[in-house]
Amino acid sequence: MRAVDIIKTAIGNSFRSRLRTSLTVIAIFIGAFTLTITNGLGAGINNYIDSQVASIGAPDVMSVTKPVEATDDSTGPKPYEPTDPSEVSSGRPGGSVLALTDDDLDAIRAIDGITAVEPLVAVSPDYVEYGDAGKFQLSVSPLSAGVKIELAAGDSFTEGTDENEIVLPTTYIDTLGFSSNKDAVGKTVTIGITNALREQTTVEATVVGVQEPTLFGASPSLNEPLTTALYDAQNVGIPADSTNQYGSATAHFDADSTDAQVAQLKRDLVDAGYAGTTVADQIGTFQTVIDGIILVLNAFAVIALLAAGFGIINTLLMSVQERTREIGLMKAMGMSGGRIFALFSTEAVFIGFLGSAIGAGVAMLVGGVISRVLANGLLKDLAGLQILTFTPAAIGTVLLLVMGIAFVAAVLPASRAARQSPIDSLRYE
Amino acid sequence: MTTSVLSTRNLTKQYGTGSARFDALKGVTIDIAEGESVAIVGKSGSGKSTLMHILALLDSPTSGGLSVDGTDAAKLKGTRLNTLRNRTFGFVFQQFFLTPNTSVLDNVMLPLKIAKVGSRDRKRRALEALEQLELSDKARSKATDLSGGQKQRVVIARALVNNPRIIFADEPTGNLDSATGAVVEDLLFRLNEEQGITLVIVTHDEELAARASRRIYLKDGLIVDGLAA
Repeated sequence: MRAVDIIKTAIGNSFRSRLRTSLTVIAIFIGAFTLTITNGLGAGINNYIDSQVASIGAPDVMSVTKPVEATDDSTGPKPYEPTDPSEVSSGRPGGSVLALTDDDLDAIRAIDGITAVEPLVAVSPDYVEYGDAGKFQLSVSPLSAGVKIELAAGDSFTEGTDENEIVLPTTYIDTLGFSSNKDAVGKTVTIGITNALREQTTVEATVVGVQEPTLFGASPSLNEPLTTALYDAQNVGIPADSTNQYGSATAHFDADSTDAQVAQLKRDLVDAGYAGTTVADQIGTFQTVIDGIILVLNAFAVIALLAAGFGIINTLLMSVQERTREIGLMKAMGMSGGRIFALFSTEAVFIGFLGSAIGAGVAMLVGGVISRVLANGLLKDLAGLQILTFTPAAIGTVLLLVMGIAFVAAVLPASRAARQSPIDSLRYE
Repeated sequence: MTTSVLSTRNLTKQYGTGSARFDALKGVTIDIAEGESVAIVGKSGSGKSTLMHILALLDSPTSGGLSVDGTDAAKLKGTRLNTLRNRTFGFVFQQFFLTPNTSVLDNVMLPLKIAKVGSRDRKRRALEALEQLELSDKARSKATDLSGGQKQRVVIARALVNNPRIIFADEPTGNLDSATGAVVEDLLFRLNEEQGITLVIVTHDEELAARASRRIYLKDGLIVDGLAA
């Protein structure tokens, strides 16, 4: 029998007992549907995180801090030494780091592989104002250079400019009195900031882009000249030596560095007494948790599929039993055992294909609807989040996996059919 | 002397072992020549079906030799055995063995499908075979929707479609009334006379056996001169 005839005959045979085939297909459908949905969920969330990663940090920077030397909690705080650097909170609960000084920055700069180091300065402006629409609170996140921003309008910061530039989130646009996202681009806003002498001064900045709010908040981003200008304005009146303390610094390295090189860089930093964390490190723990959850969900889907696999075994065993005489006849007519095996396993793989294709198809339809409804409802605040994302590769994997399970399930019944002696089959009543 | 297509030497066949042992054949030696029509006659339990199954290479003997066209059957294995079964033999069974829920045409095409004949070619040949048996109008019907006589004619068309040299018929008229049985008999003997196809009929029906050119009587696994004995 030709391969194409085997496939055609197998498909024809699977439709010969419709009820039995449909029931098995439903069992596989449930498994494939679940697997597709959970995979889609994992892909959707991870895609979103990946796009968010780009907005909180560039791949070629790491945040460098100076960890407090490990002390035994029971021994209490260390005695005060006037020359010791002061501790600053790292922002994480319970975590504090030592402040970095200009000497530290030079030390980091000297490490092989670090191309540039900038201190991460915190500025706290009082307000932002455009035209006569009034003054509004402005809280900026301490962002550093190299950050990529997902923009709704305009462009990212101009490379190497001395001009003060600001990127506003979409939520500021209406409030500040712009008519649209596009309208804001190119306009000049005024930022007020109070210095150490309680005097309020203003700095002007040009809006270059409008930013979609992200998972990590919706605060405006400033470019380096603007940050420096605000920092200088803020530090008027503070003694010079106390301004040169920073919570952390941003170290740049070659964007083409391999993972091993980055790891080496981190080791070098540790040897010098610093700790370097890339964005991937920070996001990695988050993604590990998500991947773990998806893995558990997938495991449930696979259990459903295994149950469906026994359904396939049962269906085929009945099929073989029912067609004992037909198998005997085909053997009497010179069909080889191998071809009989192929015939029955193809039937199983076809049933698997049918179940998984319908399952994946329905999952994509339902998932698309759910995704859209959630994006406009429950998850409205997380712009750009497609909770269920279906990639062709994932769908293909589901199809192949289910067809593989179906094939494995077919081995027992199909080999039983193949081994039957023609005369025993013909005598079977 | 005409060449014998099938010849056996002292065939025996046992089922079971020990006290449950049953000797179906106790040493059967026959030669069947090309173009002959042979009736293997015997009562139920005489071993006639077992003999036919061994002759048709569907079963293997416990001892003794069988040669098909001068080739030792014991040496036929795998592809050669399957090709021989496919090209040389046609089967007509008492219980028809038609595949239910598929069309008459599909049933007749089955041996050609197994023989890897192209789809257009096998359709043409199957239709020719059906025409020969005056069943062209039933080609699209379901095999299960036919009458007994029609079913047996479909079975003969299926046996015929691959131009076999030997047709084995196991009680071909056993499930048919005498009128339709006679039609089927006529068809089988006409194939033997007109196309020279060797015909091996297994039957307990003396009237049917009488039409064959030679009769082999089996009793308790041995060849006898006649059943009356």
